[in-house]
Amino acid sequence: MQVLNSPTQATSGYATQEPFLVIDNLSKVYPTATGDFVVLDGISLAVNEGEFVCVIGHSGCGKSTLLDMVAGFRQPTEGEVRLQTQTISEPGPDRMVVFQNYSLLPWLTAYENIYLGVNSVFPNKPEAAKKHIVMEHLEMVGLADVANKKPSALSGGMKQRVCIARALALRPKVLILDEPFGALDPITREELQEELLKIWQDHQITVLMITHDIDEALFLSDRVVMMTNGPAAKIGEVMQVPFARPRDRARMMEDPKFYELRNEALDFLYHRYAHDDT
Amino acid sequence: MTAPLDIRPARSRVNLQHLGSQAVNWLKGLIAPAVAILIFLAIWQLLTMGPDANLPTPIRTVSDTWELIINPFFNYGGTDKGLFWQVFTSLQRVALGFTLAAIVGIALGILVGTSSLMYSALDPLFQILRTVPPLAWLPISLAAFQQANPSAIFVIFITAIWPIIINTTEGVRQIPQDYNNVARVLRLSKPEYFFKILFPATVPYIFTGLRIGIGLSWLAIVAAEMLIGGVGIGFFIWDAWNSSRISDIIIAIIYVGIVGLLLDRLIVFVGGLVLPEEQKQ
Ligand SMILES: Nc1ncnc2c1ncn2[C@@H]1O[C@H](COP(=O)(O)OP(=O)(O)OP(=O)(O)O)[C@@H](O)[C@H]1O
Ligand SMILES: [Mg+2]
Repeated sequence: MQVLNSPTQATSGYATQEPFLVIDNLSKVYPTATGDFVVLDGISLAVNEGEFVCVIGHSGCGKSTLLDMVAGFRQPTEGEVRLQTQTISEPGPDRMVVFQNYSLLPWLTAYENIYLGVNSVFPNKPEAAKKHIVMEHLEMVGLADVANKKPSALSGGMKQRVCIARALALRPKVLILDEPFGALDPITREELQEELLKIWQDHQITVLMITHDIDEALFLSDRVVMMTNGPAAKIGEVMQVPFARPRDRARMMEDPKFYELRNEALDFLYHRYAHDDT
Repeated sequence: MTAPLDIRPARSRVNLQHLGSQAVNWLKGLIAPAVAILIFLAIWQLLTMGPDANLPTPIRTVSDTWELIINPFFNYGGTDKGLFWQVFTSLQRVALGFTLAAIVGIALGILVGTSSLMYSALDPLFQILRTVPPLAWLPISLAAFQQANPSAIFVIFITAIWPIIINTTEGVRQIPQDYNNVARVLRLSKPEYFFKILFPATVPYIFTGLRIGIGLSWLAIVAAEMLIGGVGIGFFIWDAWNSSRISDIIIAIIYVGIVGLLLDRLIVFVGGLVLPEEQKQ
């Protein structure tokens, strides 16, 4: 982690005051044939190091667009994203992404998929160390025994585990997940939520995650960012999730506070910002 | 793991049964085409049985060309060679022209596919050129090369290259955005991007292009050889026509068809070896 830090911020006194990740008055406009289409309008959010933040909002409101700008895949029309005071201008392995679709390369095995990233990001490490990193992370997600299988031979949950392992093998500062468990069955989804939570705790990593699932957001995150509907979506409300960690799903479900927060989020999504499909 | 001796005989028995039923299926698959061929031969026989028919009957065709059929390897010098040598000469031209087309076409296709400026500039040109019939290139290539053999090879090259370029370009442009995003976030080097993402993602499209290209090559060589003369199955047909050996033409056409099919199967076979099983996804 330390190696990736740029020299400027070691000397900058401001770095200690500014939060870890700052989304600063971010707007995104897509030019279209019928005129400009404003997706996001003035999004500001500060995320602390090690925080787990979930973003929820209706389909098409611009959640992926927002996280793509944090990842560096798209450029904001206005405003900027700063990670440790550095303005983000392009994608990089310090902000690893677990994509909405499984983005494993189908012609490489699980091992090779992870190795590709490790080899690219740590080119100077000795071969044995790279191998060790790959296997360590496959073990972390419990998939060491399918290291030599191609993605087509893996279940959806296994593929997403490999994606998470690939992301974490590069020791990112921020892990960005775009609806990572959306395509999974409920049981696998809960398993993966628990695994992710454990990994997050062990790695002390900052996580930004998009989800459609309010329960998932409440179980995982420190804060839930609720977005208003597009076009020109904003942050409508930021909800603090106070449950003690390490969290236990059953215990959380017994807590009346859980239902209070859940109802608040549901009210936000389905009454105040109900999706009118016209 | 503990009882490999128990498992292996069982598995091989299953495999034998499997093989047996596969062979039966395969034979069953042969029945329908065989019947179709018999019906075709019967109609042919009926249509050409009359005393003033212009074409020989199938039986006549075989008896006329019996020498050619049983001895494809004779070589009396000049163009008087067995069908094997005629086809072999044509195949050599195809091999050369098609290989050149494949190399240049794949390289150009990747180049054009990766640059949207090149794509918008060149794709319309390719779309026009690909519709030019093979023989239309022959006069130009004769004018350029002044010699029959290089001209024929060039005609193959220029006929086969367009589908290869167009399909390769399409393959590069169809690389899923997710894969490109992975490359960007991992900051893959250019060579690594090429070998680990671009090329594997494009290979199925390349093989589609190669398959169309080899078919066109074979069409082109037969037509081109009719005009340029010398040894080759195309000129053999033309020569037979000039000396009214209609039966020879029919046998040569059957050769042409079978060789064309084999060329197509060859590309499919090589494609099957190269394309890993995940392309079935
Ligand atoms: N490149 C683009 N050009 C024009 N419009 C775009 C582009 N990309 C996205 N959009 C539009 O921007 C809006 C937000 O898209 P985005 O993918 O960020 O939504 P989302 O909240 O992630 O939706 P979902 O929950 O369905 O994934 C959508 O209306 C989409 O049609
Ligand atoms: Mg999205």
